[in-house]
Amino acid sequence: MAALRYESQVRSPLVTGEKTYHQVTEDIVRPIEGKPTRLWYIGLTISVVLLLFGVYSVYREVVYGIGEWNLNKTIGWGWDITNFVWWVGIGHAGTLISAILLLFRQGWRTGVNRAAEAMTIFAVMCAGQFPIFHMGRVWMAFFVMPYPNTRGPLWVNFNSPLLWDVFAISTYFTVSLLFWYSGLLPDLATVRDRAREKWRKRMYGVLSFGWTGSTKHWQRHEALSLVLAGLSTPLVLSVHTIVSFDFATSVIPGWHTTIFPPYFVAGAIFSGFAMVQTLLIITRKVLRLEDYITMEHIEVMNKVIVLTGSIVGIAYITELFISWYGQNPYEMAAFKNRYDLSTPYAWSYYLMMSCNVIAPQFFWFRSLRRNLLFTFFMSIIVNVGMWFERFVIIVTSVYRDYLPSSWSTYYAPTVWEVGFYLGTFGLFFTCFFLFSKFFPVIAIAEIKHILKKNGESFKEGMDKEERESVEEFAHENAHH
Amino acid sequence: MSVKKFIVGCFDDEKVLFPAVKKVRKAGYKIHDVYTPFPIHGLDTAMGLRDTSLHTAGFIYGITGTTTALTFMGWVFTKSWPLNIGGKPHFPLPAFIPITFELTVLFSAVGMVLTFCYLCQLAPFVKKHHFNPRATDDLFVMVLEVNSRTNEEDAKAFLAAVGAKDINVQVAEDGWWLGRYDKEDILVKG
Repeated sequence: MAALRYESQVRSPLVTGEKTYHQVTEDIVRPIEGKPTRLWYIGLTISVVLLLFGVYSVYREVVYGIGEWNLNKTIGWGWDITNFVWWVGIGHAGTLISAILLLFRQGWRTGVNRAAEAMTIFAVMCAGQFPIFHMGRVWMAFFVMPYPNTRGPLWVNFNSPLLWDVFAISTYFTVSLLFWYSGLLPDLATVRDRAREKWRKRMYGVLSFGWTGSTKHWQRHEALSLVLAGLSTPLVLSVHTIVSFDFATSVIPGWHTTIFPPYFVAGAIFSGFAMVQTLLIITRKVLRLEDYITMEHIEVMNKVIVLTGSIVGIAYITELFISWYGQNPYEMAAFKNRYDLSTPYAWSYYLMMSCNVIAPQFFWFRSLRRNLLFTFFMSIIVNVGMWFERFVIIVTSVYRDYLPSSWSTYYAPTVWEVGFYLGTFGLFFTCFFLFSKFFPVIAIAEIKHILKKNGESFKEGMDKEERESVEEFAHENAHH
Repeated sequence: MSVKKFIVGCFDDEKVLFPAVKKVRKAGYKIHDVYTPFPIHGLDTAMGLRDTSLHTAGFIYGITGTTTALTFMGWVFTKSWPLNIGGKPHFPLPAFIPITFELTVLFSAVGMVLTFCYLCQLAPFVKKHHFNPRATDDLFVMVLEVNSRTNEEDAKAFLAAVGAKDINVQVAEDGWWLGRYDKEDILVKG
């Protein structure tokens, strides 16, 4: 048989409990078919209220202009662009899990990839709002597209990293959506074929595009996933690289740094994994999916967090070192504005350092990596820290201009700028609550695919292979 | 698209399915398709299907994106409106790389997904005949085509011998039609 199903018994199972294919379907589809819990309604209500508050805040901004956000000539980018970079960064973990780990053949991704990809899409949706509304005259947002117009035609500037961002973010959103939805098709068909209610059969019938499970379709589906993963891998690296170019290609001290692309990508994955933890720790508990999102999954993701957190830490220290080593007075001043305790924003710098560099080091301890409460707490800490990283980069680099007369007084956001940020939380969680109710939060077909290899109840089945010598094993399983 | 007669057999374990596929093919029966709840590696080769060319299509879409981006940006900055940006070159290739890359990925991904949907005939509101609803749950459903030379009873007995369960004969449309899943709008009555 060509399907080699061997996984050492030493490795912990990725699906615990006595499972059959049918049981997998039952477990994952159950939350979709049942009535939502009271907690779900409460959560959704809070999210929708936040969303509406965000809509009102944005309305104020559209009517009165971006001065409504306390932005001024010196601090042209404040909370707004901070939030943009933060949300885009969060999205990156989903693509890392679904694409990069697929190329690396990591079996554990199957338990978390669906929810993480959904998180990516919702996070990018939230991120996109910020630059669009930061334009001020949002009704002219379409000016960023290169279309033939009556003004010349006056084209967009293809040399500008801000335009690269337009292309990067929109491509990223489109490709993530296609990747996510093409993976969903077979699972939606599973829901359709089980449905008893008419409306459910009809709805999932439309959503599943008439998927049958034909072998030829599966073969193409596999090819499609693999190529989309291969495309998404450089794509996700390029997206945050381009986001970092928004800063790195400028001549502002503190932004004008060649280390930005790798440092931003690592930071993005770091914060994204933290968000995945926040969401999945709650989801697995509420939807009773502990058998599919096991402690093993949580621990592996914590390992990624400590790795990427440390990369980010090295980047922070490198930046500091280079500002001294370069001996450029402006660069040195920009960094002094961060670490010198007597400056107005030093607190944010030290908050960032402790949340992003010091805090994740606790994950060197196995017991803490496998502690749910601690992981949940840390996932929040990391995201607070990563928000402050962008805040430090953006605000502390611009609030003291070259010209002391344009030095800004202390910048703090208005309630409407905070409201816009809260509104994107509302959007994000509204989408996530609806997703967790109407879509399978775990890739059913992919779990079934790894079940006989990584399922707990199938581990004994590996006895024969486990005892074989290398030669016997190779002889039996070699290509034929 | 046409209405055909099929013999359907279900398997509940892929370990039984694999040898069964080989035996059925060896015996000369024509396998219409095998419907499975998840991708089974090697089943396509066992059934004698050729490898998909979807990758090649993706590559072609990709290079289309590359050329579109480069020629368009080049045309804009050198022909349509050669804007002087601080005396910099009109065709700055390094600065064009990000957008070129993004469009390569975009064209390739969108093109491949559309091609995939076209080849597999997948779209909203499309309906197909499902030989067994559990094919998306836990059963591996093998469907044999019946032609004038097929002896139905022999074929059923053969399927049973190779381990199939719940063997039945169905007359069905083998293509797709526009329909709803909550309505029994089977085009032909078997």
